[in-house]
Amino acid sequence: MKVRQISVFLENRSGQLAHICRIIADAGINMKALNIAETSDYGVLRLITNKPAKTVEVLSNDGLVCSKTDVVAISVPNVPGGLSKVLDIIAGKDISIEYMYSMLGNDAEQNAIMVFQTGEDEKVFSKAGLHVLTADDLGIYEA
Amino acid sequence: MEKYYSKEFECMPRDQIRELQSRRLVTQVRFVWDNVPYYRRKMEEQGVTPDDIRGIDDITRLPFLKKDDLRDSYPDGLRGVPVKDVVRIHSTSGTTGKRVVAYYTRDDIDLWDTCVARALCAADISDEDVVQVCYGYGLFTGGLGLHGGAEKLGCMVLPMSSGSTDRQLQFMEDLKSTVLCCTPSYAAYLAETINEKGLRDRIRLRRGIFGAEAWSEDMRASIEHDLGIKAHDIYGLTELSGPGVAYECSVQHGMHINEDHFYAEIIDPDTCEPLPLGSKGELVITSLTKKGFPLLRYRTRDICILSADKCACGRTFVKMSRPMGRSDDMLIVKGVNVFPSQIETVLIQQGYAANYQIIVDRVNNSDTLDVLIEMNAENFSDSLSKITAKEKALVAELKSMLGIYANVHLVAPKSITRSEGKAVRIIDKRKI
Repeated sequence: MKVRQISVFLENRSGQLAHICRIIADAGINMKALNIAETSDYGVLRLITNKPAKTVEVLSNDGLVCSKTDVVAISVPNVPGGLSKVLDIIAGKDISIEYMYSMLGNDAEQNAIMVFQTGEDEKVFSKAGLHVLTADDLGIYEA
Repeated sequence: MEKYYSKEFECMPRDQIRELQSRRLVTQVRFVWDNVPYYRRKMEEQGVTPDDIRGIDDITRLPFLKKDDLRDSYPDGLRGVPVKDVVRIHSTSGTTGKRVVAYYTRDDIDLWDTCVARALCAADISDEDVVQVCYGYGLFTGGLGLHGGAEKLGCMVLPMSSGSTDRQLQFMEDLKSTVLCCTPSYAAYLAETINEKGLRDRIRLRRGIFGAEAWSEDMRASIEHDLGIKAHDIYGLTELSGPGVAYECSVQHGMHINEDHFYAEIIDPDTCEPLPLGSKGELVITSLTKKGFPLLRYRTRDICILSADKCACGRTFVKMSRPMGRSDDMLIVKGVNVFPSQIETVLIQQGYAANYQIIVDRVNNSDTLDVLIEMNAENFSDSLSKITAKEKALVAELKSMLGIYANVHLVAPKSITRSEGKAVRIIDKRKI
């Protein structure tokens, strides 16, 4: 299973993020990654949770605008130069990264997890020798 | 000494003015009937023929023309002459996507210039003056309107158009401009800049002709004080020619309507019943002489009061008060007409919900237009660059539709204030 990211429109108003996190908490959903891209007026909140479908449901029910996108999660060795090597491989394939952020993994001592949005299918990354993680690997079992 | 450009008309006894208006109306109604099928149909629907119009008092039998008629007859359904007789057009915004196009014959331009020349004369301006026109030139009537009148009067005209404040000030100083023509808010802005830069002693301004937007006596007082000039109001609208439909004399209390060319009525905007002189209501104007775009009983949507009290300047033309508001939801921002329906049209085209809020304010004497727009699923994406690209397209479409720049703010869905279930569309914070 591919890793599914939930994006939420975040108006630049104090308490907005707290409000969203409260909804997710009340639904018993666990967040695994969070990233915000912002302009002066608004932001895009990107989330990976253990229940993506449920997350969209509770946020939409609250009237929030959200969308689902597939992203690629890659395991990166937690050593100096770990990310650098991964990025060299991606650059070598001439792939542009639209955005990326890090994510909490189960074996953070050994490996970090980086989430990428490139527009390319995850197969391109596994063929290039990168360790692509599935939803299962991340403990996301919901369809 | 009061100066007049055409004293025989401007100071004509009231009974003679009415007689002149009667004659001109009879001719004009016949002309429209013969040349403007759109209006002829409206007359037929109302069961009126030119034979029923024997004098100015019969005008109430004629149908009104509304902004919607201008939209429905776009682009040339109300043109009164063939293209070969048209020498120019001007255009203003319509209520939705379609603009209003007004046509001018050579005579129309000439009478418009005359009306503006009267306005300048009434403000004690003569061929000795150097007139700096900072209204926009082009489709907008402000620039070419003031230009034509000033040239007709024999002034030296500086066709500056709007913007480029540094260049405006350079010309003002070097060519010793004595008259400034622009919107009152730009005049206030120039006054502030002149005083900040310490240029006050180096400018020679003595008069200002300011129109195209609402202003107050307080604003007049401060512009007059800051620039050391006398500031005169001027009124007009593209549909009827442009600035110069009415103008202020030396008394600076109400604007004389050029009654030999325009007949003014006041109606109740709800019932459309004519109201007596002195009542507050919607101004309706009939163009008595224009041929290119001969509008009869055009509803201006401006709310004002007419007065025929004797004016100390000697003119007998009735005076209109400053417009006190609108009987529709049109806003005037930076001198440009803005209809909420135009914004709605763009939002729907661009796939946004037609739920928005317009906030108009005046910051440092300059109008600002902000539009809050609710984000929706169609325009949302995980990619910030895709959202901003759509936002930029929206801003560009709004600019193209409105003619002025609007600051767009994307807000959360259903976050726009609603009162009693109805969205509050317009918040005008300007204290004018």
